[in-house]
Parts: sequence; C-alpha cells; structure tokens
Amino acid sequence: MRRGCAGRRMMAEPIRIHYTVTGDDFTQAGTASADLKSRLRTMGFPADVIRKVTISLYEGEINLVIHAGGGEIEVTVSGDRIKLVLSDSGPGIEDIELAKREGWSSAPDEIRSLGFGAGMGIPNMIKYSDSFDIQSTPGVGTVVTMEINC
Amino acid sequence: MTEHFHAVALDRELCRGCINCIKRCPTEAIRVRDGKAHILNERCVDCGECIRVCPHHAKKAVSDPLEKLSGYTYKIALPPPSLYGQFNNMDDQDIILNALLSIGFDEVFEVGAAAELISDATRRLLAWKDGKRPQISSACPAVTRLIRVRFPHLIDNILPLVSPMELAAREAKRAAMEKTGLPAEKIGCFFITPCPAKVTAVHAPLGSQVSFVDGAIAVKDVYTALLAAMRKGGDTETLAKVGRIGMSWAESGGEAAALMSTDSYLAADGIENVIKVLEDLEDEKYSSLEFVELNVCPGGCVGGVLQVENPYIAKAKIKKMRRYTPVSMNHLEERIPIEMFWDALVQFNPVFQLGKSRTENMEKYTQMEQILKKLPALDCGCCGAPTCRAFAEDIVRGYSEVDDCTILMRQRMEAVLKALGKEG
Ligand SMILES: Nc1ncnc2c1ncn2[C@@H]1O[C@H](COP(=O)(O)OP(=O)(O)OP(=O)(O)O)[C@@H](O)[C@H]1O
Ligand code: SF4
Ligand SMILES: [Mg+2]
Repeated sequence: MRRGCAGRRMMAEPIRIHYTVTGDDFTQAGTASADLKSRLRTMGFPADVIRKVTISLYEGEINLVIHAGGGEIEVTVSGDRIKLVLSDSGPGIEDIELAKREGWSSAPDEIRSLGFGAGMGIPNMIKYSDSFDIQSTPGVGTVVTMEINC
Repeated sequence: MTEHFHAVALDRELCRGCINCIKRCPTEAIRVRDGKAHILNERCVDCGECIRVCPHHAKKAVSDPLEKLSGYTYKIALPPPSLYGQFNNMDDQDIILNALLSIGFDEVFEVGAAAELISDATRRLLAWKDGKRPQISSACPAVTRLIRVRFPHLIDNILPLVSPMELAAREAKRAAMEKTGLPAEKIGCFFITPCPAKVTAVHAPLGSQVSFVDGAIAVKDVYTALLAAMRKGGDTETLAKVGRIGMSWAESGGEAAALMSTDSYLAADGIENVIKVLEDLEDEKYSSLEFVELNVCPGGCVGGVLQVENPYIAKAKIKKMRRYTPVSMNHLEERIPIEMFWDALVQFNPVFQLGKSRTENMEKYTQMEQILKKLPALDCGCCGAPTCRAFAEDIVRGYSEVDDCTILMRQRMEAVLKALGKEG
C-alpha cells in the first residue's frame, strides 16, 4: 500500500472534455451536464462533488441555450479540482450585478412553464462552486469560469 | 376484449344504494336499482369520479394482479412519471426503477421517455399547420372516451398519436425481442397504472387496434413491495432516461408546456373543468388555440385515483427531481414514425341518443318532455336516476316506470287517502 495518494493524484495528467452547445434546439439543453455527471461517476468522484459540478454546469449550460444562442464548454478535471469554462458570443449582460441577483430574469415566457426563468441560475452557480467569475461585454459575449474543489 | 370493457366496477356488498355517485357521474352512467348502484357500461368513461366520491368505498378499479407476470418469460415494467412523486427523499428516479427490478421485473422502460417522443412529434405536427385546431391531447383515455360519447364534433380534433404508455410498450417490446430472441408473446409489458382509465385503454384500446401493453398493475398494488425493496437498498444502477419534459407530463400543463409556445395552448384538469372546456370548444370559442391538454384527474395524472400520495405533494417532489435534468433526453430521428399514429378510427358512440333514427329521436324527445312536465323537478335522486330529466329519458327508453318516482307516488297515495277519508 502506497501512502500519499493526494500527492500522486496531483501529478496525474488533467482530463479535458469539450462540449459544443447549440442554441437552435432547446430540447437538447442540459445534455452536456448529464454526460459529464456520468463520466465523473465513472471516474469515481464522490457524490457531493459530482452534485456541485452538475448543478453549476447545468445552470451555465441552460443559460448558454436560453440567453446566448449556444456556446462552448471546456471542462478540465484535475486531481484536486474541476474547472468549468463556458463561453459564448451572445448578447452579453448589461448589468452583471443585477444578473447575479436572486429572482432577476429575462427568460422568455414559453420556457417558464417548464420551470425555467426563476432567476436562480447564477445564484446557484455562485452557491455550488468554490470559485466563480463572470466576464461579459454587451454585443460581444460572456465567459463564466467556475471551479469546484475535490 | 369487449367493446364495453370497463375498469370501474361496483362492490355490491359495500354499496348502500345512496345517491352520491349518481349525482357526480359526468356521463350520467350510474343508476340505483333495488338498493344497489348499477354502472351503464356503454356510458362509463372510466374517469374514476365515483371511486372518489363513494363514502362506502363500494366503487373500485379493476386492475391486473402482480401475479400476471408469471405468464411471461421476460417482464418489462412501464412506470409513468407520476409514479416518481409517490415516494419520499428521492434525488432522482433511479432508486424506484431499481426497486421495480428487484420485485420481479427484468427490465424497466420509462413511459416518460416515450412521452418526450410524443412531445417531439406533437411539436412537428403543429408546425405543419395541417389538421383541425386546436388539437386535443389524446393522452388521457378518459378524455378520449368522453369526447366519443358526448362531443362527437370534436373527434377530429383529437391528436391522432398513441399514448406515451402505448408507445413505451411498443418500443420496449421491439427492443426486448431483439435483445432476448424471444417471441412477442413471451415478453410481458406491464404499465404501473395511476387510474382505471389506463386499465381500460390496455384491455379495450381506442385509436389502436391492439394494445402492446399486457397488463396494468395499480400503483397501490406495488407500493409496499417497492418500499420494502428500497429499504433493502443494494446497488443502484443508473437507468433514468427522462428529462424535464417527460417528468412534466405527470402533472396538468406539462404536456402543453413541452410545446414551448405560450399563448396558443390551454391546459385544464378535473372532470368538471374538462367538460366546460369541451363544451366551449364545441361552440368554437377558442378557435385561435393550437393545443388543448385535458386531464380528467385533478392536478393531472398525479391525481389519479389509484395513486398513494397527495397530488400536490407528488407534484412538488417531481419538480425537485426534474430540476437538474436535461430539457429532454429523447428525440425523434427524422420523421414521425408511422407506428406513433393511431391505426384505428375513433367513432362517435351515440349512447345518449334516444332512438335509432332522427324521427324516432324526435318522437321520443317529445314523449320525454311530456313526462318531464309531470315530474316534480326536485332532482332528488330517489328514483335512482341523477335528475328528473335523466329519469324521464330512462322511462322513454323503457328502463324505468313513472311509479319509480317516490314523490309522485306519495302524492298519489295522499290523493287516494284523502278520497278514502271522504268516503269513510
Ligand atoms: N450567457 C448569458 N448571456 C446573456 N445573458 C445571460 C447569460 N447568462 C445569464 N444571462 C442573463 O442573466 C439573467 C440571470 O440569469 P440566471 O441564470 O440567474 O436566471 P435565468 O436564467 O433567467 O433563470 P433560471 O436560471 O432560474 O432558469 C438572465 O435572465 C439573463 O438575462
Ligand atoms: S388524468 Fe391521468 S391518471 Fe387521470 S384518468 Fe387521465 S390518464 Fe388516468
Ligand atoms: Mg439560468
């Protein structure tokens, strides 16, 4: 039995997973986070870590589809943390502080009946990730970066 | 099975002959005769309303027993999304699906997965702009039956797609035949049913020539076994394949929400509301609507009479469960496959007509009105019919006699007594 597993884990080559999220079919939204969830299960991550990653990515992914017309997701799995970078070339966010507020939403009506548009997405990302950053330029796009420690 | 198979039945022992059920039946399908209720099979739409209102629990739903599984080599459970709201503390439905495997099923095929395909097909059909508007959902079999007997003009508005239950059975059976090499008759597909209407849809389908579902087992008949299996625990295999849309079908409004266009649909639930909407649709009051979702149970299928949990609590649980699932996990490839469409005509069943021809109808109608004038207009139900009008119709049809009206009878007795008194 070898000790110091943590040290060895740090050495492992990070795993990168890329997802392209299309904005044209709303019914496909959420599949990237479901896919990542099952991969993380296979890699043997603990349930609470998987839960935090899935929720954070899910909220970001749905926002890509609803608000930005699609985008790219870059996942980096290292031994001690999972990093999620979501970038899009959508309309961007005018007032980021407002967007971070619980309950604030610009989601269209037709998806509200499916339970979206509560204005809880960004607050959830902040709550479930260990570090959260959002950069946005109106007319250019948005980049959300999150890290979950494990 | 026969045309008039019905899953709602009476327990004669328990029936006290009160008039609660005859008053609440939306198709006036119950009469009290000789102190016991009788269901007029050709009128019953299996909505389950009488089961809900009977204070003596004398109305029951006949469903298939779990023992029926033993007639098949390979057994598939078809759980609908409403089942997921019946249990506590579930993050997702995997524990329930695994429990189904441990109580005797070899496989589970989620009905919600088929529902997502139906939603996909419905979106495509509506985009074609063909066909009557609004299209009325065909998922609740009690609604289809109600339209067939009471709203013949709306038959052509019914969405001609098989139900999620039926589609699930077809897909599951086909895949299982390939996988196991067994013939179709050795593979049993069992729906875990929230209602008697689905039992009837299995044994006497409308819109499909045959049902691929081999039995419908009541939620309450598997509930305790499932709870026990869950408590035992064991490995939980990832089986869940239903997204937000499929989950939403459990409650009223879910099927409509999946169409993702706000101002062109309506969703109504509860038998009385459903009838109101159908009446207005018949009068073409909502011609600008694209889609109408109707569920005879309050709250939708979570409110089915065979469910265990309070429908509103079940809804809240499902909402929590679907929170982080993909919008939809099942999509149609190219076109809508032909087996998703109805392959049998749904025809008007004129059970409410008084005669066989228009002339006969009119003659009997006149007779009925004349009888009605003599009746006390109390709608007391003592004759065993729900209203004086229904009683007058029964007389014209030859089912009852005027003397069955206790009020008239008493008036006549009093007159006789008075006359006797004068004589004496
Ligand atoms: N990638 C993005 N591009 C443009 N705008 C965005 C993006 N992400 C979020 N927003 C804006 O920020 C608002 C708040 O986002 P948040 O995820 O918190 O709520 P929501 O998506 O509206 O509702 P919910 O996430 O509860 O379904 C959105 O309504 C939208 O206006
Ligand atoms: S609403 Fe659902 S549970 Fe109720 S009768 Fe219709 S199909 Fe059955
Ligand atoms: Mg959001």
